[in-house]
Amino acid sequence: MIPLSHYLILGAVLFAISMAGVFINRKNVIILLMSIELMLLAVNMNFVAFSHFLGDLSGQIFVFFILTVAAAEAAIGLAILVVLFRNRGTINVADLDTMKG
Amino acid sequence: MPVEQITFWIFSAIMIASALRVITARNPVHSVLFLVLTFFTAAALWLLLEAEFLGIVLVLVYVGAVMVLFLFVVMMIDVNIAPLREGFVRFLPLGALVGIVMVAELVLIVGPRYFGSDRYEAPPSAPADYSNTEALGRLLYSEYLYQFEIAAFILLVSIIAAITLTMRKRPETTKYQTPGNQVRADRADRLRVVRMDSERRERP
Repeated sequence: MIPLSHYLILGAVLFAISMAGVFINRKNVIILLMSIELMLLAVNMNFVAFSHFLGDLSGQIFVFFILTVAAAEAAIGLAILVVLFRNRGTINVADLDTMKG
Repeated sequence: MPVEQITFWIFSAIMIASALRVITARNPVHSVLFLVLTFFTAAALWLLLEAEFLGIVLVLVYVGAVMVLFLFVVMMIDVNIAPLREGFVRFLPLGALVGIVMVAELVLIVGPRYFGSDRYEAPPSAPADYSNTEALGRLLYSEYLYQFEIAAFILLVSIIAAITLTMRKRPETTKYQTPGNQVRADRADRLRVVRMDSERRERP
């Protein structure tokens, strides 16, 4: 059998990869959104693993709700992205400094 | 090596490789496609953890709807990639360092010392007539009913927000039909009968 720690380490690696993705793709809003999706996936992985090993289905219910909220977040984030591109013609984070003092 | 372990190692290798490609790919479309692959392998790993319903939901809803939405937006906005890549090489060492440190710290906490197989015994696999979907449904519609309704409300709010954000007023020059006026129009508005004498064609 595969021990619990394997799944937890897999989730940790996935989370670290998405964290590094936020660091190295700091100009591109699309990749930033995708990194956030990856982070949520890593967290979901932990929830499912614990749910299996503790024999408690509540963890899977939590994943269900996280998926719901992540879908809503992706929809609104992409809507903001489309409006941003329509108004400014760019999605570069560095160009979005209108409110900078 | 039992088949479970082989499956686990293959799928986790694919998952990590594709996650790395998500954050390093030059083309955002490739990034989205690798993200799809990551979610797909995650669904397979969840099947291994006997979370069948969530595995299928991840493929059907997440890959099928959310990732397609991502792909749609990425292909719709015609973006110049080159300026978005600047700073990539500059921040690569920092990102890699933070990632490696984070993995090292997390492995110290969630590693085999505290969460190994001697601490957490793997549960026996469920009997053949056990339905994960049914068990989840029973829990969702009894104990978590209010939360379920709140989730539905969140989705409703996000629908309204997304539509409100992206809907735009048409410019003034756009011509519209008014169905009421169209229906109300009668013959006098459209047709004029002119009485005139018939004309005779001149023969050459």
